[in-house]
Amino acid sequence: MIDFLRLYDTANHFLLKYLGLSVFKSLVLVGITLLHVAYTTYAERKIIGHMQQRLGPNRVGPRGLLQPIADVLKLITKEDIIPSCVDSPVVFKLAPFISLVAGATSLAVIPIWEHFVVTNVNMALLVVLAMSSLSSFGVILAGWASNSRYSFLGGLRASAQVISYEIAMALALVGVMMLAGSMNLIEIVKAQIESPFKIYAIPQIIGFFVFMVAAIAETNRTPFDLPEAESELVAGYFVEYSGIRFALFYLAEYFGMIVMSMLAVVCFLGGWYGPFEVPGVPMFWFLLKLYFLIFFYIWVRATLPRYRYDQLMGLGWKVLIPLALLNIVITGLIKVLA
Amino acid sequence: MAQTLEIIQKQKDSEQWDEPYLVNMGPQHPATHGVLRLFLELDGETIVRCDPRIGYLHRGVEKLSEHRTYSQAMVLTDRLDYIASAANNVGYCLAVEKLMGLEVPRRAQIIRVIVCEMARIASHLLWLATHALDIGAMTVFLYCFRDREWLLDIFEEICGARLTVSYPRIGGVRLDFNQKIIDELYRFTEEFPHRIPEYETLIDVNRIWLKRTKGVGVISGEEAVNLGLTGPSLRGSGVRYDLRRARPYLIYDELDFEVAVEFEGDVYSRYRVRMKEMREANKIIRQCLDKLAECEGEPVIAEDAPDLVIPYGKIKRPEPALHPKRGYLVKGVEVPIVPEGEVYFAIEAPKGELGYYIVSDGTGHPWRVRIRAPSFVHISALPALSEGQMVADIIAVIGSVDIVLGECDR
Repeated sequence: MIDFLRLYDTANHFLLKYLGLSVFKSLVLVGITLLHVAYTTYAERKIIGHMQQRLGPNRVGPRGLLQPIADVLKLITKEDIIPSCVDSPVVFKLAPFISLVAGATSLAVIPIWEHFVVTNVNMALLVVLAMSSLSSFGVILAGWASNSRYSFLGGLRASAQVISYEIAMALALVGVMMLAGSMNLIEIVKAQIESPFKIYAIPQIIGFFVFMVAAIAETNRTPFDLPEAESELVAGYFVEYSGIRFALFYLAEYFGMIVMSMLAVVCFLGGWYGPFEVPGVPMFWFLLKLYFLIFFYIWVRATLPRYRYDQLMGLGWKVLIPLALLNIVITGLIKVLA
Repeated sequence: MAQTLEIIQKQKDSEQWDEPYLVNMGPQHPATHGVLRLFLELDGETIVRCDPRIGYLHRGVEKLSEHRTYSQAMVLTDRLDYIASAANNVGYCLAVEKLMGLEVPRRAQIIRVIVCEMARIASHLLWLATHALDIGAMTVFLYCFRDREWLLDIFEEICGARLTVSYPRIGGVRLDFNQKIIDELYRFTEEFPHRIPEYETLIDVNRIWLKRTKGVGVISGEEAVNLGLTGPSLRGSGVRYDLRRARPYLIYDELDFEVAVEFEGDVYSRYRVRMKEMREANKIIRQCLDKLAECEGEPVIAEDAPDLVIPYGKIKRPEPALHPKRGYLVKGVEVPIVPEGEVYFAIEAPKGELGYYIVSDGTGHPWRVRIRAPSFVHISALPALSEGQMVADIIAVIGSVDIVLGECDR
């Protein structure tokens, strides 16, 4: 006879212990990341402002610190306009969510600290790659469903760009996988620390370079912000969006940026390990490296012009992919010879 | 470029030709510098046909001028190329002075050259700012605005207005320079040559910038002449034609400056020409400041310059004459201030050859004014420059020919 009570107890115990913890962790992670996203926009405006000899936001709150919150409030309270001529209202409404959900899901598998990862899966690297490709669906669908010339061009550009840079990025990560012998991100970090250089950014310098360039392209940021090229396509794929849906696209872009930076920290920069341990804040080094990479993104945006569509494709296929392949060959040789 | 068009033509002739993808760019668009509307036919990302439509900023400046006196009509010229209004004013005044046969005092001529060159620098700075922003380099934008602000402050000190200055008068200029302006201009000319390399380090050594501008929107010198391009857009194609040298006006023939020329004919060489021109303009201002010191205290407006308020109808001025026998002054025949006739005068405005054609019937207002605006001509060259290129290139091309719609639509 089945002991239902016991089964229930076990299930309850299981839920509390594992699932409950996961839900709690996810909430913490999403909360922290959302705050990070909000203040990344603030940091971006402030840093670029100072790079361009102006002040940046300084009206809302002390030193403009409440600006992101004011922005969010504004975008939430704005009217959510759906143009009467959109091709498919359902897809039009859905597209920003696809972008955001795909962007945010990757967070679940990225270890911020050895004991802080929502789900520790062995195929974590593949999950991140898959999710980042999925997020481009939102962009493509948005471009298509808007039924606008500019959106459509933006969507087309985005799909072509994401597909070509996906390959380069995956190939750049293959080198890491070969060195670490694992796709589990925690394993990768541990393998890095045990390796002679402590971080993979040194032996995998080509891979790191290719990954960073591809990550910028993947997240549609300058100099690869062609899908939303302001001067050509006005705003690209989200030109018809307004209010909260517009905000979701923005959020997705910043989520993408943060996820890609996290991945770079984990795969190339040694994760949460640093020269010394900071007591009480185990993820100190992780965050420091993350902030540095985000600053790098912002820095690039303030400095570089935008590529042209065909030049972007040329760079992806003729430079980055061969480089990544070369990197794999070299890594393989070293691995075999050593 | 020609090859791409050929391939597209072949596709058109074959069966599988889909109708082209039409994109209506503008009149409200962040990169069309005003209200330019471009009708683009695309094949993928390649432009098959580009059709500029103008007229969204038409205010009838030419027609309005016919109903104003000569002095009043000058205010309208501010609104042509509102980025370099001083140059427009000077051009108009020179045309009217040529009509009236007025001699402008030397000091006024020097001051006019200074404001013209200041307008040139301001215009080129704004051009560089927006051109770089269009290509995606947004930091240059604010750097340029910082320095342009300086110039606008000097303009404010000179005449009280920053953008639409209306500073010159027919027969001279409105006010003399005071010491503060001269000191500020000296400081500017000292500092500005160090600012130009700042922009250049941001974009000139940038591979992406070079990729976006080199070999884009190429036009040969001959073609450029045929299309009527003037100014930096023409000199970028290797034609050494600058009105300041070809038909010197004011005191340009006394000044030592080089005519900037580049030979590639692409967006990049037009960019280089304008960067060189900024340096030369700075040099010119510096020389003029030295010349200004030599004629300290001289008048800045001609004695026989017409009053600011001149009658609308036929105006005549009594010509004093000697009594034929007794030798004292008597009232002689009355001669009109503005003789009948027609006149064309062109100056080298920052955008190109800015010409004024004025027909006078002897009254206090022009019978007909026709403005030869460089932007208008340059827009007509856009299809030739952009067809067969990518969508992103047309943005670079629009930027490189430097158009202002206020001048084009008038």
